[in-house]
Amino acid sequence: MPPMTEPLVSLDRVTITFDDRPVVDRVDLKVHRGDIITIIGPNGAGKTTLIKAVLGIQPVTEGAVKLARNLTVGYVPQHLILESTLPLTVRRFMALSGRPGSECQAALEKTGVGHLVDASIHHLSGGEKQRLLLARALARKPDLLVLDEPAQGVDINGQAALYDLIRQLRDQLHCGVIMISHDLHLVMAATDKVICLNQHICCSGYPADISHDPAFIETFGQPVAESLAVYHHHHNHRHDLHGDVVSGVVTDDNHQECDHAHH
Amino acid sequence: MPIIDAILDDFFWRALLGGLGVALVAGPLGCFVVWRRMAYFGDTLAHSALLGIALSFLISVPLNVGVIITCVVLAIALVLLSRSHTLATDTLLGILAHSALAIGLVTLSFMPDVRVDLTGLLFGDLLAMSRDDLLWIYGGALLILLLLVMLWRSLLMSTIHEELARVEGIPVERLRLVLMLMFSLVIAVAMKIVGVLLITALLIIPAATARRLARSPEHMTLLAVMFGFVAVGGGLTLSWHLDTPAGPSVVVTAFSVFLLIYGGARQTQA
Repeated sequence: MPPMTEPLVSLDRVTITFDDRPVVDRVDLKVHRGDIITIIGPNGAGKTTLIKAVLGIQPVTEGAVKLARNLTVGYVPQHLILESTLPLTVRRFMALSGRPGSECQAALEKTGVGHLVDASIHHLSGGEKQRLLLARALARKPDLLVLDEPAQGVDINGQAALYDLIRQLRDQLHCGVIMISHDLHLVMAATDKVICLNQHICCSGYPADISHDPAFIETFGQPVAESLAVYHHHHNHRHDLHGDVVSGVVTDDNHQECDHAHH
Repeated sequence: MPIIDAILDDFFWRALLGGLGVALVAGPLGCFVVWRRMAYFGDTLAHSALLGIALSFLISVPLNVGVIITCVVLAIALVLLSRSHTLATDTLLGILAHSALAIGLVTLSFMPDVRVDLTGLLFGDLLAMSRDDLLWIYGGALLILLLLVMLWRSLLMSTIHEELARVEGIPVERLRLVLMLMFSLVIAVAMKIVGVLLITALLIIPAATARRLARSPEHMTLLAVMFGFVAVGGGLTLSWHLDTPAGPSVVVTAFSVFLLIYGGARQTQA
């Protein structure tokens, strides 16, 4: 297990070009144990390419990707599209991780799909498949969890629950998490640090701050930024019953309170 | 061993033994063809076997060796060409499959001294199985089965999700190459019995039939081997009694079993 203090992954001015077109442009990034870092950005911003570089399956053109020694990575891909001709149960799929059955079962229980162990993967819903992929990654006991749009194909209630689960898992396993997401509102509530990528890192920081960033507004447009700003309005202060502003800044660690302030 | 000698002296038994040996590896490899959607790819390799035969005559090497080398070279060329993305993979496969077949036929026509039974090569020949061929088949089958057992988990994982497999440290590209080598080998040894035009059928039909009843990947491969045995046994018997061409008879039997299983299973499910 890598030591606590050094970063699990550090990217040093990573540039990836396809046909001389930079898809990822001089990106610096560090993920520590306990971090949840979310990458957001428009389509074609290089998000998936960037995390593939982190995973070591995308060669970088310039710069360096440094992984901590003996790092175990758990990867949750965007989809599990299984060829319909391939008969496969959840149990068999988990066993292919090479971990013993008891650990596989424990991982399934953690992500809430333990009861599906004998089901065919072809019969799972989108949300169940995502939880299965998450369990598959957990069975490896990862130091770093990498997720590519984990909530794709999951209904809105399921999405919130899934991000919640990812946060819980971070706390239990004390691993680092890096994920790509489009669900801006949910991400803003669940993450520690947001990186807005548009080939280069156009802005990064705490969710509450980033929606005010001019670069963010330029990338996502005024309406998105405004809707998030309204949402984050409540992060900065609270109102008393008369609607007057109560002083006191709510820090990023108190997301739960922010949620309450909404109602 | 007089009994074994008697069996090996009989061309029908040689053909049957050879056919069962081929079915033994065509089952699991056929499953990978189906799972990885490589049917057209297998066809292309098989078509190029005829080019391999022509080249073997040209440079005087054993037919099996020539076929294996040609298939491997073509497989590697295919992988490299399909990376450039200028042509869709199926277009590329179509071009290479038929060009290889045509070049093979044209080359053969330039060699009047070489007497080849073209029908036998294209559609299989019950009489063509020699003792040497049997050695090739069982040697090849042993090698393929050994590789499959050793690499099973990695092969399966990279079939299910290539990226996930790569992240978990499975050498996906190298496995793809090994799989192609195995295809080339099975084409080289199966050619004598079912013929180059029908080899893919012996790979796909038993595997597809097995899918209907299979509960796991391993179960499916076992069933595919079993259906392959039935196809070879039934087809060669048909060929022997009715004097039909060996390859088509095997494929017709395989297809009949396919219809039976799919028709029958639908009834039980309804």
